[in-house]
Amino acid sequence: MWRWLHPYAKGEATYRLLGRWLPWLTGSAVLTLAVGLIWGLLYAPPDYQQGDSYRIIYIHVPAAIFSMGTYTAMAIAALIALVWQIRTAEWAIAAIAPVGAVLTFIALFTGAVWGKPMWGTWWEWDARLTSELILLFLYLGVIALYHAFSDSRTGAKAAGILALVGVVNVPIIHYSVYWWNSLHQGATITKFEKPSMATSMLIPLLICLLGFALMTAAFVCQRLRNEILRQELHRSWVQQELDQ
Amino acid sequence: MNRASTWALVKILMRRDLKVALRRRSDIVNPLLFVIMVVSLFPLAVGPGPDVLGRIAAGVIWVTALLAALLGSERLFRDDYLDGSLEQMTLLPVPLPVLALAKIFVHWLLSGLPLVILTPLTALLLKLPVEGWSTLLLTLLLGTPVLSALTAIGAALTVSLGRGGALLSLLLLPLFIPLLIFAAAAVEGALVGAPVVGQVVLLAGLMVLTLTLAPLAVAGAIRVSVN
Amino acid sequence: MSFSGWNEVINMGGYGFFVWLSFGVTLAALAALMIHGLITRRSLQQQSKLQQQRQQRLARRKQQERSR
Repeated sequence: MWRWLHPYAKGEATYRLLGRWLPWLTGSAVLTLAVGLIWGLLYAPPDYQQGDSYRIIYIHVPAAIFSMGTYTAMAIAALIALVWQIRTAEWAIAAIAPVGAVLTFIALFTGAVWGKPMWGTWWEWDARLTSELILLFLYLGVIALYHAFSDSRTGAKAAGILALVGVVNVPIIHYSVYWWNSLHQGATITKFEKPSMATSMLIPLLICLLGFALMTAAFVCQRLRNEILRQELHRSWVQQELDQ
Repeated sequence: MNRASTWALVKILMRRDLKVALRRRSDIVNPLLFVIMVVSLFPLAVGPGPDVLGRIAAGVIWVTALLAALLGSERLFRDDYLDGSLEQMTLLPVPLPVLALAKIFVHWLLSGLPLVILTPLTALLLKLPVEGWSTLLLTLLLGTPVLSALTAIGAALTVSLGRGGALLSLLLLPLFIPLLIFAAAAVEGALVGAPVVGQVVLLAGLMVLTLTLAPLAVAGAIRVSVN
Repeated sequence: MSFSGWNEVINMGGYGFFVWLSFGVTLAALAALMIHGLITRRSLQQQSKLQQQRQQRLARRKQQERSR
């Protein structure tokens, strides 16, 4: 496996590989998301308690799940970058972090908008929303640290260490926030506690989950390609590539 | 390198750090003055009634402790970085995490411990009911080492940047949150007479975990920064 | 379809504002992310062009000096 992986430690090979993947990822993401969202918005039945407002779930839940998933991916990239000193992994940190931050923002925003009709307030110190907010802070910290250094190599390594520190902290933060929330019994959120979803609502949700996964991969692909070009701008293959 | 000489080196380093810090006393005193001033702003802002003040006292004291930890954090490795002794430290035959732990300990001695000693005064100013005092002291005693360790990670990461101040707070404050939650909950529990053993044990666990892992992260960050 | 007309789709059973607000902002955020990526590539292209021009200038000057 290492022999197979080795060429992708170099910029150009990775760039070409990602270039081959990108159109397929983009196309399948657009297609899957179109099917999932239209199904969810138009064809899924309304919820017996929340009416049609529950349809926000088709973006809220995938965004929330992948905002955490991308953080894990970023931490894995950081580990690879720090242990094996693979530059592609360093650049992957920079490529993944903004995508994760946008997903976190989407999860937060849709959560707030969903909270208004359901809880009667735009912001509730609900455990899930709170830990999502802290996750956004962690992402912003990684992005800020990466760009703070004039030497991008140092920046990538520093951001990698921070991502690893964060990934140790994420479960602690998560459980502390849950525990804090159950301690301070705030507004009743019983409207969210419902039995398992009906299949007719679940299938579009699963399609949306797949669509968000593909979309996240496509975004990371695009940004990683850009990062490779930026870092190897002085190489002749980059100049040829950009001249086209 | 045997164990005795490792310990001797660590001791020399700690003595040096203490000596340097004690020559610049204002760096130690200023954060404490900051804490007292911020604490005395709260009664002016929310009114001096003991019902409101007593309820928010523990939270206010903890938040000011977090802010005070940020205040001097930039300086933690700055001077050593500028005069090159940080680079020398990475070349010593002692494992870097051990030195990092020593640094953290000295930092706690100079910033965390004074804060703990100051607690009766701040608790008095904020009219914290007496039932909460011992728990507040205990949480600060367990929590301030965690603050020092996390601060050291952030300071080591940003030491090679000229102006790390605002960035440092952005990196560190999210990491402080579990500490704040557990500590504030413990004092709150103590005020209503509930058992606080659970929270205190959690805090102790958090301290052990942080003090085990943070030196590794600090060592990694120092290596990146001096490179 | 669980709605009987487009008016009902827009109304979303009274929750139209919330549903379409969240979908709209999501779309805007994703579009911003994509456009940012495209702009980055465009600016990299310009940087590369500038760099190439600089290299050519340097090479030309070197040649002139040699021929002199």
